[in-house]
Amino acid sequence: MSGYAGLLAALVLAPLLPGVINRTKSFFAGRRGPPLLQPYFDLAKLLRKGAVYSTTTTWLFRAGPVVGLAAMLVAAALAPFGGVSAPLAFAGDFLFFAGLLGVARFATMLAALDTGSSFEGMGASREAQFAALAEPAFLLGLTAVAWKTGGLSLSGMLGTTSFATWSGAAAPLALVCVSLLVVFLAENARIPVDDPNTHLELTMIHEVMVLDHGGPDLALIQYAAALKLWVLGSLVVGIALPVRSLAHGWAFAASVAGMLALCVVVGVVESCLARLRLTRVPQLLLGAGVLSLLALFIGLK
Amino acid sequence: MNSWIDADLVLITLTSLVLLGASRLGTTIRMVALQGVLLSPLPLLLAGDAGITLRAAGLAVATVLIKGIGFPWLMDRAVRGGSLRRELDPRLGYNASLLAGVLLLAVAFLLSSRLPLPPGEGTPLVLPAALFNILAGMFVIASRRQAITQVLGYLVLENGIYVFGVGIASHQPLLVELGILLDVFAAVFVMGIVIFHMGRELDHIDTGRMTLLNDWEKE
Repeated sequence: MSGYAGLLAALVLAPLLPGVINRTKSFFAGRRGPPLLQPYFDLAKLLRKGAVYSTTTTWLFRAGPVVGLAAMLVAAALAPFGGVSAPLAFAGDFLFFAGLLGVARFATMLAALDTGSSFEGMGASREAQFAALAEPAFLLGLTAVAWKTGGLSLSGMLGTTSFATWSGAAAPLALVCVSLLVVFLAENARIPVDDPNTHLELTMIHEVMVLDHGGPDLALIQYAAALKLWVLGSLVVGIALPVRSLAHGWAFAASVAGMLALCVVVGVVESCLARLRLTRVPQLLLGAGVLSLLALFIGLK
Repeated sequence: MNSWIDADLVLITLTSLVLLGASRLGTTIRMVALQGVLLSPLPLLLAGDAGITLRAAGLAVATVLIKGIGFPWLMDRAVRGGSLRRELDPRLGYNASLLAGVLLLAVAFLLSSRLPLPPGEGTPLVLPAALFNILAGMFVIASRRQAITQVLGYLVLENGIYVFGVGIASHQPLLVELGILLDVFAAVFVMGIVIFHMGRELDHIDTGRMTLLNDWEKE
């Protein structure tokens, strides 16, 4: 039953996360910043608008946001939260999870290519390249965690990290945490991989792919992006916080606090770092993969 | 206690990996310095139940002084002479070097699973970390063109041997270890001077271009 509380929290609280990141960045820049609930207002505004479709686009363009959101909703049902199992859990579901991320990305890329815009094609190409490098890091990291905890589903791996797991295998778990944090930043198109605030189409990666979407479609995309932030963040927090040792209510509260803290960390990273040169990004993701692999080797030892 | 040793060994391994993928000379020198500092607590941590002896403490202090401060300073001074700030076109690219490092890591872990530790000595990670540093050092020596990075590779190699020595033979006398440190110091000192003069005389320290040893201009 309480597994559904985690899913509900994801659905309700996800748009809060970009708000927290933006407030952190504003604080560092010395601005007051938008209200914390601004992403909700944006979603409400966009949903009331109508959509404009170019005559060159086909049904692929309209399917993109819907498929992306659907994949993220299923992924949210797979991710455990607050030390209890997710509503949906089976052996090997972390592969399914990675597949869902891939499906969402594929739908977004098809929609971007469908517009026929050369900028969107460039964005899609970059997205594909970086995702291909981030995926091994993600899967190898989760394999290392699976080996350490003995669980083959996301709920089995992340629900069981307790203080005992950490004291027994601090080094590999810390390595996986760092690696997954890099994957989290790359997948969510944050600095140092992509700049969500950029206004130059040439340097955009994720944002450029959704330039032609508007109204309810854009709302779906933004909500799906917030969900992705929440879902991937909950994996990082699930490994970093040994909440299994706490009582249920406290574990839930600690996890929510962990998510907010993660967003503050993202905001601090974005305030302190510049975006990496495009040619350097593969090296960063490769480094994350190496960390995951090192964790796996240590785990196998 | 064990988890501290493991954390230290993992950090040492990570500095070597960064060294493989780093393009800037300053970064590589700093990584070797960091590695030297990270090596120093090993004799203290591995002393274990016997308690911290004077020997372990002396070794730790000597390690910080020589590997953490002395060598990086020498290398830094050697580079200052020339205008070189960056390792230019290595034989293998940085990403490829990093992938090769992963391969070496796998080899180190595979090899160490075949070599059982003497009972009661070290932790399971000592052997792979030592072997990886030795292999990574050899790889840097073989794959980089600049004399300075080759010396840094030699230092990483020596650090691997140091981990091996401290981890496996923790009872060898202080004199032997200090003797080794002194030998390495002398070697690096000479190499530093050679690089400094090479940089001054030739305007480059690219060993790939030093195939001719003669005093006159090529006709």
